[in-house]
Amino acid sequence: MKKLVYAIAFILLWNACKINSSDNKALPIFGNKEAVTKTVNGKQVTDTLYQTIPAFKFVNQYGDTITDKSLDGKIYVADFFFTTCPNICPVMHRNMLPVYNEFKSHADFRIISHTIDPKYDTVPVLKKYADKMGISGNTWWLLHGQKNDTYTIAKSYLVSLQEKNPQGQYVHDGYFILIDKQKRIRGTYQGTDAKEVEKMTTDIKTLMAEPDQKPTK
Amino acid sequence: MKIKLIGIICIVLIALVISCQSDEQVEFNRYFSAGSAVYQEHCQNCHGAKGEGLQGLIPSLTDSAYLKSNKYQLACFVKNGLKGQIKISGRQFEGEMPPNDLSPVEIAQVLTYVTNSFGNRSATITTELANADLAKCN
Repeated sequence: MKKLVYAIAFILLWNACKINSSDNKALPIFGNKEAVTKTVNGKQVTDTLYQTIPAFKFVNQYGDTITDKSLDGKIYVADFFFTTCPNICPVMHRNMLPVYNEFKSHADFRIISHTIDPKYDTVPVLKKYADKMGISGNTWWLLHGQKNDTYTIAKSYLVSLQEKNPQGQYVHDGYFILIDKQKRIRGTYQGTDAKEVEKMTTDIKTLMAEPDQKPTK
Repeated sequence: MKIKLIGIICIVLIALVISCQSDEQVEFNRYFSAGSAVYQEHCQNCHGAKGEGLQGLIPSLTDSAYLKSNKYQLACFVKNGLKGQIKISGRQFEGEMPPNDLSPVEIAQVLTYVTNSFGNRSATITTELANADLAKCN
């Protein structure tokens, strides 16, 4: 009898925990925010304005122009790399592959990888890289652009890039940045850490389930 | 008395054989475990924790036949890098592996590790063997 009571208590507790964990279903919003007071219909309304990714224009591995408009209504992950990177990039993209495979059938999901070495990583070089990685279609774009533009956009993703160091190597963060449909930063993950990238996959699913991130039909 | 003596000799002989084997085994283990650390630091980023490589970009280290037929060049590949077309596990690769600034001891260790991991099997590649191969690098 006592055992039965314990068993029931355990099941109740376990379920309670489960409900709690599934209740907590919204990702935080990162970046600077400011309060804006507007007058709507004669009433004072205070709104929080979150940092968003500004307008940009790059070219993908197919030679197509990609702007911020191309990512309207998309949830996307951004990172920075270069094809001849000897240290962290292979790990980052090894870890990104499962993410690509998991979400490539979602029309409202994208991955964008900015090259930080536009001189070497021309559009044909990026296409070749994509082919060798086994990525096709429009889920994962490798973006080429002016160095200044790439370095400027990196700042709005809170990623730090540096010019070549004396050894001729680029120094850059290996972060994956998760952006929502309102172009707000919803997560940053160390792309070289498979565990963190797994968490990103879980977070993408959580984000997709948020009311204002649902597919637009 | 005679039987006892023969017994003792037998035991001594067996002990000798075992201790000889374990000397070799100890040497192998030392190379292998040190090589594992070298691998993690210098090779794993590109070739992967399981030597799986990366798609069509970076070759895997699981092609035992390739490792065997290039046995005497492996040390030079590690030291000076590798460029140009190679075929690994039936797949063509054309990238470039950068040179690695490793000592002959570390090269021997990492080669012992690689040629005895990921489904590969070979004898210990000692520093002497690695040095002999390194002397013949192009």
